[in-house]
Amino acid sequence: MANNNQHPQLTGAEILWATLVGEGTTTIFGYPGGAILPIYDALRKFPIHHVLVRHEQGASHMADGYARASGKVGVCMATSGPGATNLVTGIATAMLDSIPVVCITGQVSSKVLGSDAFQEVDITGITLPITKHNYLVTRAEDIAATVREAFQVARSGRPGPVLVDITKDAQQATAAFDFEAAAPEPHRDHPMLKAESAAMQQAIELIRTAKKPVILAGHGIVESGAREQVIAFAERMNIPVASTLLGLGAFPTTHPLSLGMMGMHGESWVNHAIQEADLLLAFGMRFDDRVTGNLAHYAPNAKKIHIEIDPSEINKNVKVDVALIGDLAKTLDQLLPMLPTSQDTAWIDEINTSKGTAAVRDIINLPDNGHLYAAHVINDIWREAKAAGRLDQTIIVTDVGQHQMWEAQYYKHDAPRSLITSGGLGTMGFALPAAIGAKAACPEKDVWVIAGDGGFQMTACELSTIAQEGYAINIAVINNGFLGMVRQWQEAFYDKNYAASPILSPDFVMLAGAHGIAGAHVSERKNVIPTVTKARTSGKAFLINFQVEKEDGVYPMIAPGAALHEMVRRPTKDPLLETAEDK
Amino acid sequence: MLHTFVALVSDKPGVLTRVASLFRRLSINIVSLTVGESERPDVSRMTIVCEAPETAAHRIKASLYKLEITVDVDEVGRSEAVIRELCLIKVAAGPAHPLGQHSRSQIFELATVFRARVVDLAPESIMLEMTGAASKIEGLIQVITESGYTILEVSRTGRMAMRRGHHTSRVLKALGTPNGEKPASPDFATKPATDEIVPNQFPDIHE
Repeated sequence: MANNNQHPQLTGAEILWATLVGEGTTTIFGYPGGAILPIYDALRKFPIHHVLVRHEQGASHMADGYARASGKVGVCMATSGPGATNLVTGIATAMLDSIPVVCITGQVSSKVLGSDAFQEVDITGITLPITKHNYLVTRAEDIAATVREAFQVARSGRPGPVLVDITKDAQQATAAFDFEAAAPEPHRDHPMLKAESAAMQQAIELIRTAKKPVILAGHGIVESGAREQVIAFAERMNIPVASTLLGLGAFPTTHPLSLGMMGMHGESWVNHAIQEADLLLAFGMRFDDRVTGNLAHYAPNAKKIHIEIDPSEINKNVKVDVALIGDLAKTLDQLLPMLPTSQDTAWIDEINTSKGTAAVRDIINLPDNGHLYAAHVINDIWREAKAAGRLDQTIIVTDVGQHQMWEAQYYKHDAPRSLITSGGLGTMGFALPAAIGAKAACPEKDVWVIAGDGGFQMTACELSTIAQEGYAINIAVINNGFLGMVRQWQEAFYDKNYAASPILSPDFVMLAGAHGIAGAHVSERKNVIPTVTKARTSGKAFLINFQVEKEDGVYPMIAPGAALHEMVRRPTKDPLLETAEDK
Repeated sequence: MLHTFVALVSDKPGVLTRVASLFRRLSINIVSLTVGESERPDVSRMTIVCEAPETAAHRIKASLYKLEITVDVDEVGRSEAVIRELCLIKVAAGPAHPLGQHSRSQIFELATVFRARVVDLAPESIMLEMTGAASKIEGLIQVITESGYTILEVSRTGRMAMRRGHHTSRVLKALGTPNGEKPASPDFATKPATDEIVPNQFPDIHE
């Protein structure tokens, strides 16, 4: 054997941990089992903290939350068979939102592969369409190079999840370990990734002649680290900025040029601005159907410039006039020096004027009528953090549904990575485990879970993980006794046929109590902020059950098939009392 | 319309599944797919023919390139490439045939006209081998059938494609020198100008 003297002989399991340490992994989320026991046997020899989850779906969401909060690659681990299949929802969530995650799964011994052995499942086959790439490793000597390549694939270009399936015999066999020699070949840039000067010139020309430009700010700004460039770009020409859900916080929401979230539940002025625009600058976003509405009527007067790292997104949904394929920050760096300056505020003034009536109708501006609305709760969580000066030190992790949209509307995100939410896949049950990942990544920050009573119960078992790890995570359950978004759609499109949307929940405060986690019930607005403060300053996990209006709706709303400007506005005449059950 | 893509991919287990799965996800029917060795030891060459809207080509190409196993992708049109298919046809003929021994000689004549070769002669059948464009193969099959013969088996490889002339050297250059040296930066044949890229016409999924 060559290199015996220079490089230590390690087992495959030890090689895996040593490689993870070398890649900078400090925390891993997982659950042991038969086919991964050799790896767990070596765990304690290495400086990596292992968080024991209660369900493997939690492990993949935690790795996802860890990656979203820190910008580093999140790592999760599960055994073969059911352990691996339980990861699937979390992997798909990371895929749809382009989150760098590496999943390690144990696999039965290579000698019995394909024989339907106990707890054998073809996880590389199962995850093929929901990973950026995946690997099956059957030899100890391949582990280091494969895992290093997996990290590179996960974080390069458009990030995404990667799965490495390692057979039990590969974990047990020994091989020489050389971290440096296992380095992958440098990432090959996509050959289409050459920003062309001709296209650049075309883009500048379109920007120069535009009277009503709008920037569409997407998640790519966060992944590319292009925040400063986008702010400079917008300020140079007074271009208003609309955000996608995952783009919230990429551009400061309280910036005078920020319009807020666009799309299905975007404010009326944002969507009207897009429909009236003569130029759309799409920065790291993919014209998802939730932001375009009916494509046939989307931004009919606008030229479109798309800056995007993934060439397969160009013209996928919306035909663009100029496509600049490449890293957003680098492309903007090239564009900025050529960009003219303008002090013209006519366009942003016009948009601000159109806010008028919408702002008055906003629930936040209505007097306290004795009812508690989710919008109040979320807005008060933001106010409380702001008053405490903790805004850049607060991460909100939402679940999926009405509360998610209210969060996007009423929590003003100024900092990138301050909102963690499942956008593309819309995974209920995401919030609690993702928050655990976020807290593990950023222990110094305040982490809030905002979840509905439905989604919270999907992964509520992870309360026990919080208790075991002693994480000080604050949990706000927005409890309206319904699967709220389903109920709203049934109300709007299915004649209020509330089939299977009412949901009975346990007493969440008692549930938290059973895990040794403190909690409180809140049903009046005056108690929101004091309880939020109590939770934030308790230094421990704290659950608040907010008992809110049962039949409240998220507005504005664009019905399926409707154009972006054909939104259902907030009802004008004290809407909330009309739909609320009076006491 | 029919699109023909040439993809250079790593020669590893599971690569075919990844490519096939991509077409499945895009709901595009593969008309033919051939895989074989290329001039590089660790790289396989695939020719994929698929039926898709004219405007889908860019997205298919970009999506193919997104697969980690893909080294290079090229879309070739009929005029700029040599596109060939190999076909084996087994026809019932021989002493037992109604035409008797004469049945064989007629097949030989047809084979000569179409430049097909006789590769097997059995008491009750003849096997022909033919290379050519798909239309030529279909022509031979049609003529055999119309002449009253029974075709027992047909096996076709599906199309293989290679760019003509200078494109070939360009691709070779992009792939590195013949001694196997890897390219510093693969040259993605030609990047379409943005005004050539038109939106795809996949069924509208926006419900």
